[in-house]
Amino acid sequence: MNSFSTSVPGGTRSLAGTRIRERRIAMGKKQSALAREVGISSSYLNLIEHNRRRIAGKLLLDIAGALETDAALLADGAEVSLLNDLRAAAMAAQAAPELETTEEFAGRYPAWAGVIAEQGRKIEALENTVSALSDRLAHDPFLSASLHEMLSMVTSIRSSASILTGPDPVEAIWQDRFHKNIMEDAVRLGDASQALVTYLDAPQSGPSSNSTPLEELESYLGAREFYLPNVEAGGEPTGFEGTAQGKALLDRYAARLRDEAARVPTDTLLAMVRQEGLDPLRLTHALGVPMQTVLRRLAQIPLHGRKVGLVECDASGTLTLRRSLEGFPLPRYGDACALWPLFGALSRPHMPIAAALRSLGAKGETLRGYAVAAPDAATAYGQDPILRSTMLLVPVEDPGSDALDVGMSCRVCPKEACPARREPSILADGF
Amino acid sequence: MGKRVLLIEDEPNIIEAVRFILSRDGWHVDTHSDGATAMAAVAHRMPDVIILDAMLPNRSGFEILRDLRGQDDTRNLPVLMLTARGQTKDRERAEEAGVSDYMTKPFSNSDVLERVRALAGD
Repeated sequence: MNSFSTSVPGGTRSLAGTRIRERRIAMGKKQSALAREVGISSSYLNLIEHNRRRIAGKLLLDIAGALETDAALLADGAEVSLLNDLRAAAMAAQAAPELETTEEFAGRYPAWAGVIAEQGRKIEALENTVSALSDRLAHDPFLSASLHEMLSMVTSIRSSASILTGPDPVEAIWQDRFHKNIMEDAVRLGDASQALVTYLDAPQSGPSSNSTPLEELESYLGAREFYLPNVEAGGEPTGFEGTAQGKALLDRYAARLRDEAARVPTDTLLAMVRQEGLDPLRLTHALGVPMQTVLRRLAQIPLHGRKVGLVECDASGTLTLRRSLEGFPLPRYGDACALWPLFGALSRPHMPIAAALRSLGAKGETLRGYAVAAPDAATAYGQDPILRSTMLLVPVEDPGSDALDVGMSCRVCPKEACPARREPSILADGF
Repeated sequence: MGKRVLLIEDEPNIIEAVRFILSRDGWHVDTHSDGATAMAAVAHRMPDVIILDAMLPNRSGFEILRDLRGQDDTRNLPVLMLTARGQTKDRERAEEAGVSDYMTKPFSNSDVLERVRALAGD
């Protein structure tokens, strides 16, 4: 710290005179030249540069103009938070840049400084995510127990096989026994592998497993069964614990919910369901609103104890909202089953689709899937529409004989000869 | 008379395989599957070596190991711990708790024999 610096909360920050002096020297301009340009004496400028005279108003503007910089930057310097972020980025990189020139750098190149600071923050967030994911193996009880169980089975198979294939003779009764053990363990290993893969691919519950803003949003909504009465009444969502990015998604979700709940209030929708049944198309006509609004609203209200699922995607097929349903897990990373009506709807915008589905998961569920794709409202002439698709999943006892077998994603789907398959299934083809 | 090994493990087919290979090598093998009563099994018939799985029902192998190291008669008892491969923290916990040696699953039969023999001073 030099003699012209002072301490402020959040970091060291030099004064306006110091910044003028630093800027002038950096430009290679003599003190006398600058003084002449702005119409003051060199001795007065010297007092200013050594912070012995306050500077403001026209003189500050003149000096800023002569130094080709912004008066506010000379007066206030760079944002303290930006300076702190830059210093933190330098420390995190274990680099040794000239920390004493941080403020000068931020002042002269504020946009670049902002980029570096933002990248520093992103790197920190990514490192935290990596750390959390690495930690998960050690602290996720299910994952840890599953891993141990599978390795125990592998150990048993290996030991038994070694005994059978070793150089020492093994009595017939023991041979039979170890053959039986190997068979048992092989079957258990297959079951455990399938359970583990399903677990890893499905979205997790609980904030600790959230690794993306979308998962934070879904965790928040899931904990409330997707029912937010205070938001429907015009309020703001409360109790969210997550990142700023997750909060931004929640705010956007809440804005849409407020709008749609005003057009389709919960009481009205529940009364219509009692009257018309759980048929989204009939409800769409009865309520006079777009079908995608009805699909969403049905997943956002306490539906007489019935559980429903909801999935939304954009035109790229990326899942943008998921409400999972027991027996119909939704993939964590968006590589969903291409046979879902959700994706079929994308090729036929505005056409309502209903399809009977049979989930091929371990707890296979029979459902009806209702989907529709529609563009966002245009914001400019000649702009291509931004298409989004919405699918409501309703469990049914009997889906009918024409039910379509669908999976969660190709990797964990056992369906054979599937025309939509993108990659081999580790379940059907074995490890 | 051969030396005695107590295998504390809850996976029945591992128990069977390890018991087979150790018995064939001349060891007396006792087995126990419940973490909660493992200490009683040790006290019932003091072994020369314990093979202890890290993850047991009702009580973890680490807790059992700490108890063993906290008692005078078992403080120096050789304990070979079985952990899952990749669980670095398990190894660290085992070392902190005073384990004599450890093996990661899946292990080979020859490894088991070698380490048990080494721990028993054979």
